[in-house]
Amino acid sequence: MPVWDWNYAFDILPDLLLALVTTIEITLLGSVVALLLGLVFAVLRRLRIPVLDQVLWAFVEVVRSTPLLVQVFFLFFVLPQFGVTLSAFVVGVVGLGVHYATYTSEVYRAGIDAIPKGQWEACTALSLPRLRVWTGVILPQAVPRVLPALGNYVISMFKEVPLLLAIGVVEVVNEARELGSLTFRYTEPYTIAGLLFLLLSYPASMLVRRLERRRVTA
Amino acid sequence: MSPPDTSEPMIVFDGVEKRFGSNVVLKDLSFTVAPGEHVTLIGPSGSGKTTILRLLMTLEQCNEGTISVGGRYLSHEERGGKLGPPREKYLRDVRKHIGMVFQQFNLFPNMTVRGNLCEGPTRVLGLSKDEANARAEELLDLVGLKEKIDAHPTQLSGGQQQRVAIARALAMRPDVLLLDEVTSALDPELVAGVLKLLRDIGDTTDITILCVTHEMGFARDFSHRVMMFDGGRVLEDAPPEKLFTEPDHQRTKDFLQAVLAH
Repeated sequence: MPVWDWNYAFDILPDLLLALVTTIEITLLGSVVALLLGLVFAVLRRLRIPVLDQVLWAFVEVVRSTPLLVQVFFLFFVLPQFGVTLSAFVVGVVGLGVHYATYTSEVYRAGIDAIPKGQWEACTALSLPRLRVWTGVILPQAVPRVLPALGNYVISMFKEVPLLLAIGVVEVVNEARELGSLTFRYTEPYTIAGLLFLLLSYPASMLVRRLERRRVTA
Repeated sequence: MSPPDTSEPMIVFDGVEKRFGSNVVLKDLSFTVAPGEHVTLIGPSGSGKTTILRLLMTLEQCNEGTISVGGRYLSHEERGGKLGPPREKYLRDVRKHIGMVFQQFNLFPNMTVRGNLCEGPTRVLGLSKDEANARAEELLDLVGLKEKIDAHPTQLSGGQQQRVAIARALAMRPDVLLLDEVTSALDPELVAGVLKLLRDIGDTTDITILCVTHEMGFARDFSHRVMMFDGGRVLEDAPPEKLFTEPDHQRTKDFLQAVLAH
């Protein structure tokens, strides 16, 4: 038997692509959570509201200092004991989203800190309401600056989705593993799975790099 | 220029002290400014001139004493006859009547010139888009930049940016205008245009203007009063004709000599 069987490879491709759709769905939904929640964290931290600030700080530290896998297991196996049962898909989205939110919040923070003090002072001089200061002046300047860094986190997230096979999410690598265990042929499924990641990640990181260059020249 | 009305002061500093850590920037400072008066603050760097403007804009809070503008406290909030720390909402209301132009312009780079001028009037004063727009066009005409209304700040020269910043402050129809070294960051050839604009504004409006500047020629013909600061205190407070020609203090003489020599 050859090391690489093209017929088998084409046979399993539709199943793998179908699983890839799940991977992409989790990535995109998880990104929405990570990008929005990270922004909320960053702004709340900046407001320095007593107690809430310390709670947020502790939460971010705990999430960053523990493995994503433990967090996912916690959401999937421990939360049901407290009456909260989430599907594996939802745990994937929430787990990845919250985990990465703690990283994106740092990215946003850096972007916000880079806004010159004079911009805040001009807002005060115009008596702008606080919400408008954020939505009209600070964030429209801070967020474009950090888009490349945020993009890199979305790509990392995409590559972390296979971790969810631990709770039975049928994403690409899990699908490849199952196909392999049916036929005892592992070369094709894992190779294709890897290639699929490469085919999406590489262009995505090229795009991020272009964004970065545009920021530098702009 | 007719001397301004001196009945009810527009600005009152009463026993104000401002410290940054252990560094006392302003000491027991008391003075008043009448409505429509133009006052220029001069003095060596670190003498606390800019701090006075920043206190008035509520960018800083004073440690002792009280500050009021138009009869309302800026440093405190009156509640049930007692003075307490001011709340953000109260401050926003009081400082609506105060405008400031900064050394570094501080235009919003994410907005066009029009956006910069309409932001305050629509978001704070509640003007409609059309009203704010009309006001923006009128003010840009005044500052000679009508054709730049849809430009972005980054496409403008420093002098143009500063004129837009002045227009932005005026769009709020302030009672008090604070000018913080507004020509210091400009290339020398752009300074005259901005100063001319400020003279026009001084001549045609009754806005109370407080100005920190190193342009002594401008200070002399723009101000009704010049206050010389040194070490956080008012060393001398006199009409420009007197202060620039026969100051009472040797320290003032030395300072003027040093500034005019360069």
